Amino acid sequence: MKKYLWITIALLLTMWMVGCGGGGQQPAPDEGAAGEGEEAAGSVDSPTAATISGKVLFTGTAPELDPILMDAEPVCQEKHPDGAFTETVIVNSDGTLMNVFVYVKDGLGDLAFPAPQEPVLLDQTGCQYVPHVFGMQVGQDLIIRNSDGILHNIHPMPTTNRPFNLGQPVEMDTTRTFDQVEMFITIECDVHDWMLGYVSVLNHPYFDTTGNEGSFTLPNLPPGTYTIAAWHELYGEQTMEVTIGASEAMEIEFTFEGG
Amino acid sequence: MSTATPTAATHKDYRYAPVSFWRRYVFSTDHKIIGVQFLFSSLLFFIVGGLIALLMRTQLAWPWQEIPVLGQYIYGSTGNILSPEGYPALVTMHGTIMIFFFIIPVLSGAFGNFLIPLMVGAQDMAFPRLNMLSYWFMVPAFLVMIFGFFVEGGTAAAGWTSYVPLSALPDMVPGSGMGQTMWIISLLLVGTASTMGAINYITTIVMLRAKGMHMFRLPMTIWALFITAILVLLATPVLTSALLLLLFDRTIGTTFFLPEGGGNPLMWQHLFWFYSHPAVYIMILPAMGMASDIISCFARKPLFGYKPMVFSIMAIAGLGFIVWGHHMFQSGMNPVLGITFMTSTMMIALPSAIKTFNWLGTLWQGQIHLTAPMLNALAFVSTFVIGGLSGVFAAATPVDIFLHDTYWIVGHIHYVLFGGSLFGVFGAIQYWFPKMFGRMMNETWGKVHFILTFVSFNLVFFPMFILGAYGMPRRIADPYNYTFLSNLQGTNQFMTISAYVLALSQVILFVNFFVSLYRGRKAADNPWQANTLEWTTTSPPPLENFHALPVVYRGPYEYSSPEVEEDWLPQNRELVPAPAD
Amino acid sequence: MGGLIPGASTFAGPIDSLFMVVLIVTGVAFVLVEGILVYFLIRYRRRDGGKATYTHGDRRIELTWTIIPGLMLFGLALYQYNTWIDAKIFMPGSDALVVDVSANQFEWEATYPGGDGLMDTPDDIKAPINILHFPVNRPVIIRLTSVDVLHSFFIPALRVKQDAVPGRTIMFWFEATQQGEHDLACAELCGLGHYRMRGQVTLESQADFDAWLEDLEARSQGN
Repeated sequence: MKKYLWITIALLLTMWMVGCGGGGQQPAPDEGAAGEGEEAAGSVDSPTAATISGKVLFTGTAPELDPILMDAEPVCQEKHPDGAFTETVIVNSDGTLMNVFVYVKDGLGDLAFPAPQEPVLLDQTGCQYVPHVFGMQVGQDLIIRNSDGILHNIHPMPTTNRPFNLGQPVEMDTTRTFDQVEMFITIECDVHDWMLGYVSVLNHPYFDTTGNEGSFTLPNLPPGTYTIAAWHELYGEQTMEVTIGASEAMEIEFTFEGG
Repeated sequence: MSTATPTAATHKDYRYAPVSFWRRYVFSTDHKIIGVQFLFSSLLFFIVGGLIALLMRTQLAWPWQEIPVLGQYIYGSTGNILSPEGYPALVTMHGTIMIFFFIIPVLSGAFGNFLIPLMVGAQDMAFPRLNMLSYWFMVPAFLVMIFGFFVEGGTAAAGWTSYVPLSALPDMVPGSGMGQTMWIISLLLVGTASTMGAINYITTIVMLRAKGMHMFRLPMTIWALFITAILVLLATPVLTSALLLLLFDRTIGTTFFLPEGGGNPLMWQHLFWFYSHPAVYIMILPAMGMASDIISCFARKPLFGYKPMVFSIMAIAGLGFIVWGHHMFQSGMNPVLGITFMTSTMMIALPSAIKTFNWLGTLWQGQIHLTAPMLNALAFVSTFVIGGLSGVFAAATPVDIFLHDTYWIVGHIHYVLFGGSLFGVFGAIQYWFPKMFGRMMNETWGKVHFILTFVSFNLVFFPMFILGAYGMPRRIADPYNYTFLSNLQGTNQFMTISAYVLALSQVILFVNFFVSLYRGRKAADNPWQANTLEWTTTSPPPLENFHALPVVYRGPYEYSSPEVEEDWLPQNRELVPAPAD
Repeated sequence: MGGLIPGASTFAGPIDSLFMVVLIVTGVAFVLVEGILVYFLIRYRRRDGGKATYTHGDRRIELTWTIIPGLMLFGLALYQYNTWIDAKIFMPGSDALVVDVSANQFEWEATYPGGDGLMDTPDDIKAPINILHFPVNRPVIIRLTSVDVLHSFFIPALRVKQDAVPGRTIMFWFEATQQGEHDLACAELCGLGHYRMRGQVTLESQADFDAWLEDLEARSQGN
């Protein structure tokens, strides 16, 4: 009966291998990026650091915002007592433009920046993404939160990063990272086709998104000459060359024109 | 049961007797070893497929709950709960593994290999090396399918039917990436393996029967495996070509199934079901054959209507090729075709009904021994009846408008495949175990396993018909967000708990199996006093099966024959004419 | 037990009665076969010293249990024809309301004819996703399409089910008979959100339906 002993052992070994592997369906998030770069050449010297800040203005007429009819999702409808609208062009009362992504496009040379330890939060609430437009760094944790308690799936459509398609059936947090620089990745939810967000993944911390005052701040910049870009989902990108000295604070303005 | 003969294996000079361990037990060309290899690997996948089923049942009973203790190991990467993309993957893998890696290999691979040469009186298969190759095509198929679990996006998640475009477009569902490609490659290997097996079975049965073994003296098991092999040979090429077209659509940009390029998604369904409907019979016919042999043996009575039984198997196989459209009544196929497919589908119920009546006829006025194999064979008959009758509802096209793709269908297929085929397999394992391993399985634990399995099986699967009547669609991870299903959680919890019992009952079978392998009572050559040829050699049989090739004088079911004192009359016993004659 | 969930369309009567017919036929067969099986197991259990009856079968019995069930099954098939033809092959006439339904991962989007009562004109009205309203006592023709993968339009209460196939427009119809709220389920695996691809169907009077459509038109223009 020796042969059956062998077969049994082989069988048990296989079962053991299969059993151990079972937990690893999803590749573990890449954590290597966070720690690296600390030793990289040319870190920012705080005492001489400069700041660029400013506003994004809007002229002309903005397109009307379409109402979103969320009749089938009462949970979300209740979070919008005044009705929900698309977020394509939101002009603030002071004439500034919201949801413009302002960032240093060029000029940092080969400075390297470690990914921050603190994560970025993307909340799904009221069947909309909050924030609607945001940036993060390569290797930084992105916490994706479902605050609605109904099924959302987060389906970013990157071209250089690895895409993922993640369902969240209940109120929960899930953490993901991006490991390549890539701008303006659209994020969609296949359960609610109106849900739309944009994430930009950069290898430095010099980016900001305009809020309801239309302002942005890029602090702690090393002195130098930079290309600053401002991007809007409908009106595209504008750039500006600036040169900034040590410890200087500079104000700049972008203006987008409606149709 | 007596008549134990000494079982010392005689050391004949076999021309091709393998010497090394590897050639003897691993890369073996001996059909018995290959049969045992198929048996062990398919039982392993039975465990895998069963555990996946338990995860699904757990989700249906308590959706999106953390699983205590085990959750972190199973769903660690998604916060200890099943993810919505994980559920379709479970559905897909449960179906794929149970069908392609368990039921088909255990029936055709394990029992087909082990029994065909022994029951027709041959020394081995016609093509022993092809036979070995067939198993070694299954091994990479196993590995590729398992590997698919670990690729990016996880394993295939488009259902075991892999309907396009879900399976053809890599970004449609997470598992539609590399996992789906792995699935296709694995099934291509499985298809190749079964084609090789089928060629071998057909040739062996046609060419290598012992002297006197006419076709109509073959046991039902062999008839069923013979017809099954023909089905495999005719149907598998269609699946293989469909899989290749799908692979091309996914990898090199063809659009056979994609409307963007002028392809037709329904084409996949036609091709898939042209294979997979016959495949349903590939999964049940061998079990029917084995149950026939077991029932006749333990009723101590000739099989009632041997030829009608053979002809109904042929009829099932023939009609099996013209009913595939009944899977597509609501698919958008021209509804006029629904009428013809309904009619042919209703008619395919007839040969199954004839077989059932003949099993009852076999029991009539028998001497029924309720052994563990017999109990399982009888469970095969009684649950197959429910499986068959529930299919009539789905065959009726107007009723199918409601029942299609609901749990009614899930219940139907499980009554046929679990209730039918699997009880057949349980019976066959316990019936032929002594011949395979030279030891007896424990009869008491066999009965305990049977009773627990039979009861919990019905408690799991019968409520599926009730869910079906409520209209609960299959393959949904969380039914309770539908108002018409929101009151069904209790039913689902009951089914899930029954499923746990069902799974635990299988532990009894496995323990009984492995303990008996080493500790079981030594088996006599013919412990069941059966008539077929495999019982005329030693247990287990020597390398080339028979010490002297048998000569056959009669059919396989001469139980309680008036010609002899005892109630069995082996096929190879030559009767000296009575002197008074 | 005993039948499908309550129906709310003209199909419910014939389909449910066919279900009951099949249930009775198969129920009788079930009780007979299982009853005989159990009876035989008890009646013919092993007795000491006895020998089973030696018989290989009987041609007349075989013919009987071939021909009778054969005719019954064929009759059962014939008996289904009318309902199937009504439900899937015939289309109602010009008084029917035509509605476009487009399925995608994981939403149902219905488009209704505007004031002119005709489809494919500029005044067509898109309903909010997963919201469908239909008038009762009037035939409704659905023109079903899919933009990505297979879906299946299944309203259990209306006894309708039709797969949506990308690249094709499939027409089918129903006529609701009772007002009420029902679910539209997706019955063909379509991805991770398949389980929650739920449409909310309101069956209401023609007047309520018209009012809903008017209100919808106003709301989709912005407040």
